[in-house]
Amino acid sequence: MLAQQLINGVLLGASYALFALGFTLMFGVLRVINLTYGFYFSAGAFAALFLTRDAGLGIWAALPLAAVTAGLIAVALDWLLLAPLRRKRAPELASLMVTLGGVLALYSAATAILGPDIRRLPPGLVDGTVFELAGLRVATPQLFILVASFVLVGALVWLLNFTRLGLAIRAMAENPDAAGLMGIDTGRTAALVSFVAGCLAGAGGVLIGLNFNAIHPYMGESMMLRGFVVVIVGGLGDIRGALIAGLALGVVEVLTAGYVDSGLKEAVAFAILVAVLWTRPSGLFGRPALRRA
Amino acid sequence: MPEWLDDFLWTYQNLVHALGINGLLALSMYVVLAVGQLSLGQAAFMGLGAYSSVLLTLKLDLPFLAVLPLSCVAPVLFALAIGVPTLRLSGVYLAIATIGLGEVLRAVYLNVDWLGGALGLSGIPGRAESWMIFGLLGVAILALWAVGRSAIGRAMAAIREDETAAQVMGINLARYRLGALLASAVLAGLAGALGAHSSSFIGPNEYGFEPAVTILSFALLGGIGTPLGPVVGAWILTLLPEVLRGFSDLRLVFNGVIIVLAVLFLPEGLLALRMRRHAA
Repeated sequence: MLAQQLINGVLLGASYALFALGFTLMFGVLRVINLTYGFYFSAGAFAALFLTRDAGLGIWAALPLAAVTAGLIAVALDWLLLAPLRRKRAPELASLMVTLGGVLALYSAATAILGPDIRRLPPGLVDGTVFELAGLRVATPQLFILVASFVLVGALVWLLNFTRLGLAIRAMAENPDAAGLMGIDTGRTAALVSFVAGCLAGAGGVLIGLNFNAIHPYMGESMMLRGFVVVIVGGLGDIRGALIAGLALGVVEVLTAGYVDSGLKEAVAFAILVAVLWTRPSGLFGRPALRRA
Repeated sequence: MPEWLDDFLWTYQNLVHALGINGLLALSMYVVLAVGQLSLGQAAFMGLGAYSSVLLTLKLDLPFLAVLPLSCVAPVLFALAIGVPTLRLSGVYLAIATIGLGEVLRAVYLNVDWLGGALGLSGIPGRAESWMIFGLLGVAILALWAVGRSAIGRAMAAIREDETAAQVMGINLARYRLGALLASAVLAGLAGALGAHSSSFIGPNEYGFEPAVTILSFALLGGIGTPLGPVVGAWILTLLPEVLRGFSDLRLVFNGVIIVLAVLFLPEGLLALRMRRHAA
């Protein structure tokens, strides 16, 4: 029973980690709390819904396409809302506020166009076989989520550490002005970071949509609470911290639901957030060298 | 009271109450913005005030004039729990924690049976009178105006314009910020209790993300030069959906766009001073 709960927790946590990675990446490089991030998540889920239900694509084709769609939306919103403030060197609360207004407009426009009802992905998208190993049950959709999360996280780590673009991104995270003087096109790098973060959020939306099979415009908003918990516990801008904190949050939520009360899992998550703010505001794995807000 | 005024108030009582309550909420956003912080917890504080006051009324049957001050207790406690750790850090932490607070409280209201779940709490007696709402609004405006002209107000302005310089001048940043957040929690708690006791029903979705952002749009539309600005902003945004038919569907889109435009284009907006300083 406990082992089964732990497995379920890790599977859930993998998608939380995936979701929070893009959020923390954006903060680490662009120094913005971008609240439109939750909308990319909803956009990815809806793109997957339209691609599979109306265009008849399989999930392996729909997932990357949906992620890219969300990424393009992220680039457009960054250009529209945040690039002007970056040029003016506005304080971080100004960019937070602009994304807050933007995301309210986007969610309510999406609700007005698509309707508030909960949609479902077409049945049989992922084979529903359940594997049993030593009494532990893992369903194929869960495996799919785990594999997809690992592939995406691996791709992100490779991108950041082993490519020229990753070098540019890390340089910009360190010091945007110095990076610009070294010949890095900071505008283009910012757009690429937004694209990557949008892809991660969109992929997260598809995977969570698959897991819970409930897609609606505001799904990204309720996910943001998890995103906040993960990035604060892991340390704002800390990729490795977000990975660990995401997995841990999934486990904590599943255990709370299993042994205490499923209605309290959000409250427990938030209590952890507040406890970390009181005791270790730079995150559980906080490194003082990291530049923080 | 002349008869026509009586008739008018009776017909439009809900709208009149909403004007006063939204005015209080706009002020509760104003006090935090006035020290250069951003809290999105006003809707959550309002919800705490609303739920606690309704429980006091329905379960203990306390008189409303006792319920009203007690409705500030829960919001203040939550403001302390969140404000004390975050206000020492940069502003993003308070913003994140307060948005999170709203989300988590919504989930708690939805899932806890004795808070009514998704159905909310109903059968609330309409004990909030117009004179209470507008009396409190008037007192709040006068008090904030007086504070703004005192040494405290000058300290708040100094913090808003340049934190480091203010600190060097011997201003205790954390104390002023916490004071502002607590004042904000009190105002929002009162607004929540008044709102709950002028409609017969409260539910989890009235205190979520959308109202939180809407309250910010009140303040940004009005500007935060004086306490009157946010109140006027709140009144415009409360009246618009009533005046323009068919507008109510797009009300939230409009509120969001106001925030975007205010931050991007209003040079006299609240962040203008800091922006110029950074650009220099």
